[in-house]
Amino acid sequence: MIKAILIFNNHGKPRLSKFYEHYSEDTEQQIIRETFHLVSKRDENVCNFLEGGMLIGGSENKLIYRHYATLYFVFCVDSSESELGILGLIQVFVETLDKCFENVCELDLIFHVDKVHNILAEMVMGGMVLETNMNEIITQVDAQNKMEKSEAGIAGAPARAVSAVKNMNLPEMPRNINIGDISIKVPNLPSFK
Amino acid sequence: MALKIVKGSIDRMFDKNLQDLVRGIRNHKEDEAKYISTCIDEIKQELKQDNIAVKANAVCKLTYLQMLGYDVSWAAFNIVEVMSSSKFTYKRIGYLAASQCFHESTDVIMLTTNQIRKDLSSPNQYDTGVALTGLSCFVTPDLARDLANDIMTLMSHTKPYIRKKAVLIMYKVFLKYPESLRPAFPRLKEKLEDPDPGVQSAAVNVICELARRNPKNYLSLAPLFFKLMTSSTNNWVLIKIIKLFGALTPLEPRLGKKLIEPLTNLIHSTSAMSLLYECVNTVIAVLISLSSGMPNHSASIQLCVQKLRILIEDSDQNLKYLGLLAMSKILKTHPKSVQSHKDLILQCLDDKDESIRLRALDLLYGMVSKKNLMEIVKKLMLHVDKAEGTTYRDELLTKIIDICSQSNYQYITNFEWYISILVELTRLEGTRHGHLIASQMLDVAIRVKAIRAFAVAQMATLLDNAHLLTGNTQRNGICEVLYAAAWICGEFSEHLEEPMATLEAMLRPKVATLPGHIQAVYVQNAAKLFATVLRGQEGAPADSTVAQETSQLLIDRLPLFVQSSNLEVQERASCILQLVKYIQKLQQKDVEVAEEVTALFAGELNPVAPKAQKKVPVPEGLDLDVWINEPPSGSESEDEGRKSKGKAVFAKDESRHTKPRYTEVDEKELAKRREVRKAEQANNPFYIKASPSSQKVYQDGVGVEHIPVVQIDLSVPLKVPGMPMSDQYVKLEEERRERNKADKKKKKDKKKREKGEKGRRRRGDSGPESEEDITPAHMVDIVTEEMPENALPSDDDDKDPNDPHKALNIDLDKPLADSEKKLPVRSHRPDEVLKSPMEDRQVVEVVPEPKKKTGKEKKEKKDRKKSKEKKKKHKQEEEEDLMGAGSEEPVQPEETKEVAAPPPASTPEASDLDFWLSNAPVPSNPQAAAAPASTPRTASGMAAVAPDSEPEEAKDTEPEETKSSTHKKKKQKKEKKKKKHHHNHSDGAGDESVQNGTVEEEEPLPPMSNYALLAENSYIKMVCDIQGNLQDGSQVVVSVIFENKCDSFIKSMEFNVLDSLNSKLQRPDGAGPHDGLIVPFQLPPGISNEARFIFSVQNIVMPQKLKGTLTFIVKTDDSSTHEKLDFKLHFTCTSYLITTPCYSDAYSKLLESGDLKGCSLKLEGVNQPFHHLLARICFHHHFSVVERIDSCASMYSRSIQGHHMCLLVKTADQTVSIDAKCDEPGLLGNVLDEIKLTFSQC
Repeated sequence: MIKAILIFNNHGKPRLSKFYEHYSEDTEQQIIRETFHLVSKRDENVCNFLEGGMLIGGSENKLIYRHYATLYFVFCVDSSESELGILGLIQVFVETLDKCFENVCELDLIFHVDKVHNILAEMVMGGMVLETNMNEIITQVDAQNKMEKSEAGIAGAPARAVSAVKNMNLPEMPRNINIGDISIKVPNLPSFK
Repeated sequence: MALKIVKGSIDRMFDKNLQDLVRGIRNHKEDEAKYISTCIDEIKQELKQDNIAVKANAVCKLTYLQMLGYDVSWAAFNIVEVMSSSKFTYKRIGYLAASQCFHESTDVIMLTTNQIRKDLSSPNQYDTGVALTGLSCFVTPDLARDLANDIMTLMSHTKPYIRKKAVLIMYKVFLKYPESLRPAFPRLKEKLEDPDPGVQSAAVNVICELARRNPKNYLSLAPLFFKLMTSSTNNWVLIKIIKLFGALTPLEPRLGKKLIEPLTNLIHSTSAMSLLYECVNTVIAVLISLSSGMPNHSASIQLCVQKLRILIEDSDQNLKYLGLLAMSKILKTHPKSVQSHKDLILQCLDDKDESIRLRALDLLYGMVSKKNLMEIVKKLMLHVDKAEGTTYRDELLTKIIDICSQSNYQYITNFEWYISILVELTRLEGTRHGHLIASQMLDVAIRVKAIRAFAVAQMATLLDNAHLLTGNTQRNGICEVLYAAAWICGEFSEHLEEPMATLEAMLRPKVATLPGHIQAVYVQNAAKLFATVLRGQEGAPADSTVAQETSQLLIDRLPLFVQSSNLEVQERASCILQLVKYIQKLQQKDVEVAEEVTALFAGELNPVAPKAQKKVPVPEGLDLDVWINEPPSGSESEDEGRKSKGKAVFAKDESRHTKPRYTEVDEKELAKRREVRKAEQANNPFYIKASPSSQKVYQDGVGVEHIPVVQIDLSVPLKVPGMPMSDQYVKLEEERRERNKADKKKKKDKKKREKGEKGRRRRGDSGPESEEDITPAHMVDIVTEEMPENALPSDDDDKDPNDPHKALNIDLDKPLADSEKKLPVRSHRPDEVLKSPMEDRQVVEVVPEPKKKTGKEKKEKKDRKKSKEKKKKHKQEEEEDLMGAGSEEPVQPEETKEVAAPPPASTPEASDLDFWLSNAPVPSNPQAAAAPASTPRTASGMAAVAPDSEPEEAKDTEPEETKSSTHKKKKQKKEKKKKKHHHNHSDGAGDESVQNGTVEEEEPLPPMSNYALLAENSYIKMVCDIQGNLQDGSQVVVSVIFENKCDSFIKSMEFNVLDSLNSKLQRPDGAGPHDGLIVPFQLPPGISNEARFIFSVQNIVMPQKLKGTLTFIVKTDDSSTHEKLDFKLHFTCTSYLITTPCYSDAYSKLLESGDLKGCSLKLEGVNQPFHHLLARICFHHHFSVVERIDSCASMYSRSIQGHHMCLLVKTADQTVSIDAKCDEPGLLGNVLDEIKLTFSQC
């Protein structure tokens, strides 16, 4: 089981938090802080597994994380998950984000956290891995987005226009906080079907 | 209209959307909280509007704020509103918000039930998908109960996208509503073989998750998983399955044997590291589960260790980490194979990565021996000094203690060294583990008598330098060691060289700053010391003033403790103070008091095992829950008060020394305890070993400067400047060993004697041979901890009673009781009961389905048959089935098909796990096992579909056909055979009567079998059963059981039948009309197996006989001979009938229709109960009872070609008259003849 999925940046700002067990908002923030604290002090070239998160589940759980440029992707899992498998899953997740957002960067996650949630929902459900095939995930996400667009129809147009205008007023919206080299490969990843 | 929408959206386009909110927050970095609170106000306004789009936008923003840590539960109702929007866009926003912030105590959740149900059944798959995803996050027991049925239906949805989500969410449903597990399990199991890999993977996921918690309930699935493992190519699925096997093997070593080879092959062949790693892991689990002495497995261990070494040596830190992790598992059972890699592991201890160091530490635990313990600990102590970060240092500390104390201090040869290590560890700043060190000190001092003098000296030093440990604070837990030090000095004060100095040290005013429980120990042990001092002084008759000075010291210092705010300290101090005052008075009168004072603390101490108390068996006849006296009637509360008072008094006295649970004793337990204590011959509270758990870690206080112990000027080991004292022991030890070696050569026999003296513990010593040479430096007698006589062997106090998975510990092999067959149906649902025979047809197709699908359920039928209160249950079940069928049938057309023609890969024989496992030899490679599974056999071409259960090749993971489980039993061990035989025959009867529903069991039915002897010779026996094919009106299925009667191997069996015009054996495409069918298995001696053959028939009115031949090769050790056996297949008309239930109103309509021709039959001299008679007709002739009134019953059946057949059976005075009606008189006549024959035979 996956207990929680957290994305935060190099400064510990949460970009996405998904807990598959209930915690109060305060505890969630503590967990995020603790996790950030644990993960951020680790060197780049150490292993991606980490024990010792006290808040989620304690000793039975493990943190499995990957660091892409500005963002940490952390999965908190219990012993039923394969460590390397989860690493692979994170990779699939990031690559999917990259496809869906066309060259994903941290800003995409900042402004479209709902979309990230929707993508994640196609991969992990209630703490269990639902789909590992990137094409299948993208197909489903696209189909749902298409549906959303068709529902917005004519009414959506002005809103989109306004949103475009709003974005135009924002020269400081750079796309350079790239998530970085997502092609980091885990050696001998399982070939996800 | 469109204009209005546009206008509405223009109105709100200047509302803040999520992006604006995020942008706003980023622009207000200084006053973020203030900005957000204004945003929340805006959101509250937006939520008040009627426009759902505005609300959705607001909820979307709330979801973001929730991530930032803001409580948004106040908007729960609005979230529900957005969830119920008809637009997918908004619905998705609503469900996302709900999944982020709803939980079990969210009260509006109960409002969502119907909305969710509606979404689940939405025609739009994404509505359903979104609802399932949301539900998976916030499902509550209520929701689970109410929606379980709907979700179960979705498990058979046509879209794999929905199926996989429905399957996955079932796990959550099970957790919240454990009652749903058993009814849903058969379907879940089916999904393991879903054509869609995603659904399959989801099912594997769920079952693995379930099985991990309660593995024994899922053992019966092992064959199925084994097959999946050998056939699947999806690594994700493979990993899960292999992990699952890892959990199953400890329960069933035979499974392990079967797994080893395919896993080894995977290890060799796979290129995916993740898969390789999991394989290694499971192989390790297998090896652990097998008895370690098996020589042929050493190769597997070597393979694992060698692969792991490659991982550990890899530059990838992840692999290194995992390699170490797996290595530690091997260590437990095969320490020697790991010990050879000590170099590698010590190297990892220096790794820069903390995770890896921690793993390496774990491994060290198992690598120590007497020889290298000191060296390893020395290395660890260096790490302790270097370590930054308290977590890692604490980890090191616990590991050092673990390593040294493991298996009852097995590897410690020099306890002085160990005490020094412990003392050195007290220098650790800010450790949480003071109590751990303390308990080790106590344990060693109590149990190793030879070390007491040394320990006392060390402890006295510690006490003297207590200020170094605590400074002026109690900041760290390390002051706990003073607790141990004080107690050791007091208890073993006879070893003290300068008791007076120590006494003085224990009564320093500084002590009052220590935590209460430590002060209390100080006070008590000061009294013990006082006794020792007195005795020493009186023994050497100096002037009595010295003695009186000692008393005066106590009288001066103790009042400080009398004023303590800690009750315990206060009480002890005042008690002792008065005692000392009295002693002083006596001393002034020159009375010798030393002896009497010493007597206060007399008595030898024995260590008691921590669990000893719990293990005292309850004496027979003692019921602790029974009142000793009649309970006082009126004043319950008063009594309680009194009791708790007594409790409190007791707790004050004892709480510190006993485990917390003792504080809740009542009088009876108290009495019991007293007894136990008496038996231990001690009244000293320290008798019970201090348990770390009962001691609090004191954290109050501030930081202190750290002064190394090296500066302490006292006591031999501490004096060595610049070198930690334990090092000295390492050197000494080396020298000593050198000396010993030299000595040894001379006195080999002496060594033997020594060993004998070493005490009980050493006898079990199993270190490597070379270690035997190392004698301990001291004659140590490690006293084993005392246990009560007849201690209960096991205790399962490790289990967490709150674990939600406990509720899922449900035996899934047990048959479903009728009431559980379906999940509770909501009462407001219309009960769809089908009435006409036409509709019945549909029903019938479903009814047998669950029975035939799984081996489990087959078993269940058997068991049910045995139960005696049947009639009602059957009816109920039938109804329930029908109801279920009404609602579920439409979504599972494929399954219906399977009834008649199960796809070859559908049902491996799960119920016969034993059989599967007992076929000892392992498949030579996974491909071999996988090959038969993948042999294409379509339903139409399944002329020879049969289970391959050749023991030699373990192909028995193979499909089993519907009824074969009954015969499988036969294949089991010979000695059981007789019994089983009986069993499986009656089984058939049970099956029928269940369907018929109305058979009363006034008396047990005689065993019945439809299997008739086909042919037999000295080599082989064939029995067969002929059944019409429900699906195809022109097919008959013949199930033949082949039984090998000789002592030789029978193989290459070929089954051939001479076709007639009317009936033809179905042969695979491409085979000629006269070719035989190869029976797809071989038979070792004494084994039987079943194969099925399909015949197509055109005319079913007449019975028919077909001639056939079975050819086979009998293989003995030295020769093989061709043999053949002729047989005649008899297709009776009965075999064209299919048991079909019918309702009475439909039945009477049928009779009224006038389409049926009548015929009748009289049987004389039938001497058996009516219900037996009916059961026989039902069983042998495939009828079902429609109605029974006294000695009259109406029965119904239908042929495969749809002829209705009605019987009215009456009995009176041994005469049975049967009036029959059918729309095909020829068929009817033949069936009646056959019925007559049946009864004439019995």
